[in-house]
Order: sequence, then C-alpha cells, then structure tokens
Amino acid sequence: MRGYLGIDVGSVSTNIVFTNEQMEVLDSLYIRTQGRPIDAVQRGMAQMYDKDGDLQILGVGTTGSGRHLIGAMVGADCIKNEITAHAVAASHLNPEVRTVLEIGGQDSKIILLRQGIVVDFAMNTVCAAGTGSFLDQQASRLGIPIEKFGELALQSQNPVRIAGRCSVFAESDMIHKQQMGHNTSDIIAGLCAALVRNYLNNVGKGKNIQEPVTFQGGVAANVGIRQAFEDALKVQVIVPEHYNVMGAIGCALLAREEVHNGEKSSKFKGFEMLDMEFQASSFECDGCPNHCEVINFKQNGKLIARWGARCPRWEVG
Amino acid sequence: MKRVAYPQMGNLGISVKSFLWELGAEPIEPSPISKRTMDLGVQNAPEFACLPLKVNLGNHLESIEKGAEYLLMAGGIGPCRFGYYGEVQREILQDLQKDAEMIVIEPNIFSIYWSFNYLHGGFVSPLRLYRILKFAMKKMKAIDDLERITQYLRPRAKKPQQVNLRYQKYLKLLDQAASEDRIKELKAEGIERLQELNNPEVKDVVHVGIVGEIYQVLEPYVSLNIEEKLGEMGVQVHRELFLSHWVMDHILKRVDRSSYINAATPYLGAMIGGHGQETVGQAVLYAREGLDGVIQLAPFTCMPEIVAESILPVVSEREQIPILSLFFDEHSGEAGVQTRIEAFVDLIKRRSERSVLA
Repeated sequence: MRGYLGIDVGSVSTNIVFTNEQMEVLDSLYIRTQGRPIDAVQRGMAQMYDKDGDLQILGVGTTGSGRHLIGAMVGADCIKNEITAHAVAASHLNPEVRTVLEIGGQDSKIILLRQGIVVDFAMNTVCAAGTGSFLDQQASRLGIPIEKFGELALQSQNPVRIAGRCSVFAESDMIHKQQMGHNTSDIIAGLCAALVRNYLNNVGKGKNIQEPVTFQGGVAANVGIRQAFEDALKVQVIVPEHYNVMGAIGCALLAREEVHNGEKSSKFKGFEMLDMEFQASSFECDGCPNHCEVINFKQNGKLIARWGARCPRWEVG
Repeated sequence: MKRVAYPQMGNLGISVKSFLWELGAEPIEPSPISKRTMDLGVQNAPEFACLPLKVNLGNHLESIEKGAEYLLMAGGIGPCRFGYYGEVQREILQDLQKDAEMIVIEPNIFSIYWSFNYLHGGFVSPLRLYRILKFAMKKMKAIDDLERITQYLRPRAKKPQQVNLRYQKYLKLLDQAASEDRIKELKAEGIERLQELNNPEVKDVVHVGIVGEIYQVLEPYVSLNIEEKLGEMGVQVHRELFLSHWVMDHILKRVDRSSYINAATPYLGAMIGGHGQETVGQAVLYAREGLDGVIQLAPFTCMPEIVAESILPVVSEREQIPILSLFFDEHSGEAGVQTRIEAFVDLIKRRSERSVLA
C-alpha cells in the first residue's frame, strides 16, 4: 500500500495516521506520549507495520511540540507547527470552513480561515484551564470514565454555574457544589459551560467567529463541551470523523505537497528505524554568555542532528 | 572611585559603561541575564509585577555580589508602573539588608545633572558633561545602526547565525572603543563586513514590524531572541524603538511624535502610559507602509500594552494587516513562542501566495 504518514507528537498523546494517495485515512493511532516521545512513535509505527508489512511511504510530516525531535528521527519531509497543520486538515475536509476550535491535552487554539487561508489564530497563553488534562483529572476525581463525561453532561436539566476562570478555583467550586447536594450531571454540565466560557473569553477574545465551525482535538470527543459551544455561539458545531488526529492528517497533507504528490523521493528512513536506538541528550555550551542548551541527537550511537545553539559552532558537518 | 552598577537592557550597557568611565566612576558590568538572574528576581519581587522589575532586581543582586556600591535605575513619570520600580527595588534591597545605594534617574535634566554630579563625587561642568554624553550617544547610535543592518541581513544571508556572530564581534569592539574616530571607523568597517554576508539570490523576504513595550522589545533574553528566530525564518524585522531613538524622544525631546499619534488617534486618542499609544499608532503606520505583518511584544500584566492589545484586532481588520500579540513572563517557554511565530509567518506567506494568484 502506498501513501503518506502524518505524526503529531503532542504533550499528552502521539497521533499517527497513514493515508492513501487520495488522502483517505486508512489507519490512525492515538497513543499516550507518557513523556517519552521517541518510544511512543516507535511503538505506534511498529503497530502499523505489524498490521500491514508492505506499507510504502511516499512522504512523512511531523507536527506538535515534539515535531523537531521526531522529524529528525523518522526523516520527515515536512516539519510544521500545529496551527498550520490543523488549519490545512480542516480546510482539506471542508474547504468552506471559517473557524476551527481545537482543544488538546495541554493547549487550546482558535484558527480563523477565509477562503482556505489562515487569517488569524490564537493559543492559550498562561492558563491550561479547559484543556484535556484538566477534564481528565476531574473525571477521575469523580470516578467517571472520561468517555462517559460528555453524555452525562447532556443528561443535565439544570446546569449549575461553576467558576471556570482557573482550574484550581474550578475544582474547589465543583467540590463546593457537590457538597451542597447538586447532582453530578448538573455539575459536569456546569463545568462544560464554564470551560467553554473560559475558552471564548481567553483564546477566542475579540475573534470574529463565523460558520462553518469545526471542533477538533481530543476534547471534541466530549459531547457536553460540543453542546456548550453550540449554546454559547448559537451556531452548529461540526466534529469531523477523525477529530482527534486532525493535526497528523494536516502534516500528512503538507508532506504530500512537499514531495509533489510522490514525484520527489521522500527523506523517510524506512521501517528499519524501528530497530534502531535513538538517544537525545543535552549540554550547556560555555563558549559565550548565551549558555545555549544544545541537544545532541544520536542514531545507533552516531550523531545525526543537533539543535538549540544560536551560533554555527555546533553544526553537524 | 564609586563602584556603580546598572541594569541590563539590550545594548544599553555598552554606552552606560563608557559614560561612567568618562565621568570618573568605576562601572560594574551586570552579569549577562541568565536563569539565575531571573530566579533571584522572581524570588524577591512581587509576583504580579512585570518582567522588567524582576529581571532588573536580579541584575542588582548579582551586581552587589560583584561589589557594586551604587545601583543606577531609570525612573519615570507614568502612567506606567515602571517609574516606581526603582523605589520598589530600593525597599526590597533594604529588606534583604543589602548594602548598596540606589540612584534613580528621573527623566528631567535637573535630576540627570544632579545624579551625574553625585556619581562623579563633585562638580562636573555642564560643558564636560555635554561632551561625555555626546560621546556615549555616538556609541549608542553606531550600535543601533549596526543592529538595523543586522535585521536587514539575517533573512538575506546564507547562514543567519553568521550575521549574529559578526554583529556580536563588532559590539565587543565598540565596547572598547575610546574615541569618536575609533567609533566611526568601527561602524564603517562593521557595516562593510556585515554587508559581505548579503546573498543577492534571496528574493522573497517577509517584512514584519515589531511594536510593544520598550524593555520587552530591546532585551532579547526576555523575548527569547525573537528577532533572531524571525530572521532565520526569512523575516526582515522593522522597528522604531531603538535606544538612541528613546533618548532623543524622552530626554532630548527631539522626536516629532505627531506621525504615530495621528495614526493612532482614530483608535486610541490618548496617551495611556508606557508605549501603549505608540504600539497602536506604529501598527497602523506599518500597515500603511505595506509591511506584511506586525508583532506586539509586551510583559505579562503590562497595563498600557493590554489596552493596546484589545484595540489591535480592530486595527488588523480595518488596516488589513495580520497582527500577533505575544506576552511574556518568567514562565514563557521557547516552544510556545516558536510555534506561534512559525504559524504567523506561514499565515503571511500563504496569504501573499494567494494574492499573487488572484
């Protein structure tokens, strides 16, 4: 099978997709990064390879906070930031889309597009309230599986008001409401509304949100949050089929663009990479007062890339 | 000789150092801002103060370790909190029982004249002071000119890091320059050596204007070397805020502010402190000059810049220019900034591809 590989290495999850040449998603994986991105990607790719031994990769793209590391490891044709990747994927699926809401593990963003071009974007800056990690944490505190969280919120008849400004305050407010005797579904529905309010006031502040609106990222699985968005924005919110791997789809698309639909050969290192040993280590350069933290990246003990330096001193020859 | 330290802000130190020597005081160079400087400042400063207070407090503490007896700090007449930071730092250092005297220079001729006499330890004639200041000003201008060329060349050189290295080298040489002739010579030589790195084959350079709060804009450490990062992405950075420009404007009152005030007026008609009105006005001017985008840099909790930030989306829409606002504090991470500016540059590039096709 010939096709493209997209890898999105995020803080919480690592997502890998394999698409055919028509960019239909044939396989997608959602793995917990657990602080070891190299390991997560190797595990994921091994799973994919086990399923289909004659995958032929025409191009690879990486995105997410680990994009440079993993890009060097797999030999990516295209290393892109997650905003561009998400926007590309959203407008590929629906060329009309004008607003992308994305909530992932530790960040949330809004992207505005007009005629398929990103015209504005914003990311959460100093606050992680309302991202996936917080929802995860609250679900486990209440003993509710995260998958059931949204459905439970939809059952609520009378959502309570939760202070969503900050995740610490939100948690104490939730505990307060629970001790007052409110039932769990009302509290959860209140939390969903509070998180959406917080998102729209922080990330979405001053942004002109127009339809069609798509909602992607891991949190889009939560129907409670989706409903809260629809109530707050008074528009229909579309959740695409592959909502949780849209970043990976975006960088697969960008990789295809980079290799000109397969005319240019890919830099992909091949699945032999799964048996190789990759090692990243860092040191502080003492050549000047900048004290750059330089990263050494080794493949089977051989140095293949270095980054983090602000001068050419540590360039790999 | 009095041992005098001063806080770190961009290349200000080079001029202040030679000024102090000429005045007959012993300058104590601040250690370059490091994680330790930040930690010292953050530990001892109020949490909701903005970065300049914390970083400069860290500078003071490190300089005291190096034996400084006097600490120079800029004052101000608001309405920005910075004007009061010198006093706040004085109190904090007293609480920490640090034995150093804080000298706060207010932006008026009398305060400046008095402080300089005090540092000299006796009477300095106005004529002598004028000569010393003129010399320091020459240095400052030469540095700023080299920096402008560096901004131009980063996106146009084969290796942008090479440009940074050469620029740093000439900063060091200018630091040691002891005469006006030598400054002139070094400036000419530096410009020539930098120009050698120009690669005429580079065509599509993106132009981005930088606006915002002066400390955040001028001190590369706190804004995570954003200008170098942009340069590596093929962006030529434009900005009006340079040290020499600030001195001409605020101390010598020789800058005509009407252009940015007029441009800002339909959006923000009042001086709200700090560089708030300049940020808005300059963003409008950059849009009309045809730049591709504007980036606003400001420290977290900065009031004037927060006001400007909430006005900039309107500027962006009416003047048809993408604007990105970035706020920084001691928690700001390299990765977050990198992602945002990469996405911003992508946005600009894809936008211009579209306009070429249309």
